[in-house]
Amino acid sequence: MTAPATQDLAPTEELLTDPSRMPRARRILLGILRSRELAILLVLIFVVLVATSRNSGFLFSSDGWRNFLLNPSILLLVAVGQAAVIITRNVDLSVGSVMALTAYLTGRLFIDVPGIPIVVVFLLCLAAGALLGLINGALTTIFKVPSLVITLGTLYVFRGVMLTWAGSDRINAGDLPRDFLALGTKSVLQVPVLTWVAVAVLLVVGYYLHTARGGREMYAIGSDPDAAVLYGLRVSRRVLLAFMVSGALAGLAGAFYTARYGTVSSGVGYGIELQAVAAVVIGGVAIFGGSGTVWGAALGAFLLVTINRALPSVGIPDFWQQAVVGALILGAIVLDRFLAHRQAAKLARARESA
Amino acid sequence: MPGGDSVDAAAASEAAGRAGEGAGPVGASGHSEHAAGSVVLELRDVSKSFGPVTALRSGSLTVRAGSIHALVGENGAGKSTLVKIVAGVHRRDGGTFELHGQPVDFASTAESKAAGVAVIYQEPTLFPDLSVMENIFMGRHLLGRGRRIDRAAMHAETQRIFDRLGVRIDPRRPAEGLSIADQQIIEIAKAISLDASLLVMDEPTAALSGVEVDRLFAVARSLRDEGRALVFISHRFDEVFALCDMVTVMRDGDYISTEAVADTSVDKLVAAMVGREVSDLFPKTPAELGDPVLQVRDLSSTGQFHDISFEVRAGEIVALAGLVGAGRSEVARAVFGVDGYDTGEVAIDGKPVPARNPSAAIRAGMGFIPEDRRKQGLVIDASVSRNVAGAIRRTLSRAGLLTAARENAAAATWASRLEVKTSALDMAAATMSGGNQQKVVIAKWLATRPRLLIIDEPTRGIDVGTKAEVHRLLSSLAGEGLAILMISSELPEVLGMADRVLVMCEGGITAELDRAEATAEAVMHAATHAAAHSATGASTHATTYSGEGTR
Repeated sequence: MTAPATQDLAPTEELLTDPSRMPRARRILLGILRSRELAILLVLIFVVLVATSRNSGFLFSSDGWRNFLLNPSILLLVAVGQAAVIITRNVDLSVGSVMALTAYLTGRLFIDVPGIPIVVVFLLCLAAGALLGLINGALTTIFKVPSLVITLGTLYVFRGVMLTWAGSDRINAGDLPRDFLALGTKSVLQVPVLTWVAVAVLLVVGYYLHTARGGREMYAIGSDPDAAVLYGLRVSRRVLLAFMVSGALAGLAGAFYTARYGTVSSGVGYGIELQAVAAVVIGGVAIFGGSGTVWGAALGAFLLVTINRALPSVGIPDFWQQAVVGALILGAIVLDRFLAHRQAAKLARARESA
Repeated sequence: MPGGDSVDAAAASEAAGRAGEGAGPVGASGHSEHAAGSVVLELRDVSKSFGPVTALRSGSLTVRAGSIHALVGENGAGKSTLVKIVAGVHRRDGGTFELHGQPVDFASTAESKAAGVAVIYQEPTLFPDLSVMENIFMGRHLLGRGRRIDRAAMHAETQRIFDRLGVRIDPRRPAEGLSIADQQIIEIAKAISLDASLLVMDEPTAALSGVEVDRLFAVARSLRDEGRALVFISHRFDEVFALCDMVTVMRDGDYISTEAVADTSVDKLVAAMVGREVSDLFPKTPAELGDPVLQVRDLSSTGQFHDISFEVRAGEIVALAGLVGAGRSEVARAVFGVDGYDTGEVAIDGKPVPARNPSAAIRAGMGFIPEDRRKQGLVIDASVSRNVAGAIRRTLSRAGLLTAARENAAAATWASRLEVKTSALDMAAATMSGGNQQKVVIAKWLATRPRLLIIDEPTRGIDVGTKAEVHRLLSSLAGEGLAILMISSELPEVLGMADRVLVMCEGGITAELDRAEATAEAVMHAATHAAAHSATGASTHATTYSGEGTR
């Protein structure tokens, strides 16, 4: 029971309770091997392998490769923003409506301001999204109402604004400059431009959450909001920032959507908020905040989109495609509970034997 | 009973003696001869109201560098409000507040931190998902180039503090799963890394075992010897006498007195706190013992407890004594059916009670008041009536529906019997003091008309005046024929209240003592019986237990 107990800890237990006793390389390697991100990546590779073995065009055709990288990039953006919000123990359900608004905004800008630079359009979409995110964040932090309720409200409000603004109007490919549409499909170094942008965004957000004070404070807020107040953290400011990031990325995703598909109807982004939450949860971000990474959320987005594309090519009917996604979410959540439970038990055991 | 006082005083003087001998690694400097430095904290006539409720009328406190200052008072005396003003959680309405001679007015906890004030709350506030070192540096992470947080530097700094404190906690492990004691150590490490000149500890020992208390005291003394000022809030007088240099008493939101610890006594402090002499802390009166109500035979649960057999008779109070971690609460939970057991039998009035089935236990006539009433015994946000009526909602309801009127009627009956001070029964339980909350929990169970009441740490966190009321209540309930199984870590409470004492150690019952046989020495010996053969050493435990005497 006493001193020698720590000598023969299993590696997983040691990684949990005594990581500093391990050599650095071993600690990092074990950390990666036991990470959720690696598990998702393996599942993703498995899905791609199966789909490609049935139909080699799934990956090994110019279209297949491009779709593999391009299709997830919109969801990836939204999921990264969503992850930042969920890490602070909030949720942003309005992202689909934000996306719809900026998708339409993109079209209107090109129609109403002929010759407007494409970069400016992207920046305006980012800014518009951030503004809508600011509204969500302000309502949540000022009125201390759960963000689930606030963003459920703004989900309808923003969508309503978009419908009123657009009326029966539709944006068609003909309304958009050719350069802009080309951007939606263009590749650099075999990787679509939009994917490059999405990955760049992912890197920035991931870097911030991992190595900036503000990012670490977001984790702390999600881990225990009351303690965060006692620590003197600027909780409202951080939560506000998370919502602005989520809004801005959803805004950017709206511009992406227009570039990628060339048409904007009233149904843009419909239901993407739930896909984003699913991607985040599958990627290992705890639904009550405080843990998980945007890398996981991004991989989760990749996996979701890829599965949706792979299932038809493997010949699985539509109904089962939905069910598979559902099973994936349930599986991820059950796995999380199980792992959290096991970790708590291990930590408690380690304490007793210490 | 006049005996209560002498037990108290004996424990206190013994504890004070220990401090003089230098029991801890750095406890060599006695408290009275320690030279006090400049004034660090000065509060004068500070007041604070929350709406119509005055929490603090006129709070005053002067704390000097290089001293440990005890702040004592009943629950509701205004100690916590005072602390929260110092911490920047609340803003004062009036009075003066100076730190190092400079007037201050903290609008947030961040400001008080920046001014070198560290507050350790009763319940540690850590982020379970984050690493220990991040917990220590949260909000002021060490930064490297390009404002990146510097994990290597934080690790080194945390390790340095832990080495100094003699703690073996890996800075990289998550805070989740740490014991309360370790969590408190992390709070202290946080204060040290802040280089706080003023450290306030709000009842830090409430959840600690004896060894852990000793370690905490050693750390506190070494911080004092470095010239920091410490404020120590506690309900346990022996700790005040063992650790502190000065003591300030508060009552009903007012400052009462400040004295050197060496110049005062437990009796004087108690009198100042309650404004009256409390001579009967433990008023159990002998009751006529009836037939056995609870019979427990050979109860065992792997890793928790083994071969537990005892009975509790009608009108009897049986205490389960022992060190924290001896398995007392586990036995109680198994008897009530919250947790299962591997072998053995539990019977009420001779009829077996099924295992792992609390509702069957309630039907059989058991009531169970857990240790942490805020979490387990009380629906903290619900009204008093709802709490009291909760356990009997089946018998109260008509056609499956409950009406507020019936709830209130039932609650009023019991509340008045127990003298629960709550102006309106529809107030939320969360707004009441610990003592009144405990009475509501007792009322809740009495409403089910139980044959046996199991009560875990009946007066933990309850102030002196209310403690006596809870004791008197338990005594009178026993007098009416209720069987009571009480778990207590407070030796005077065990000795004063119990007709019979069962002492547990490492999962087994090591002694069964009648009231006449139950002395502090006998209980202590049995509680550390097995420990005497282990590496820890009996002497540590023996002093420890006496240290817990007046919890």
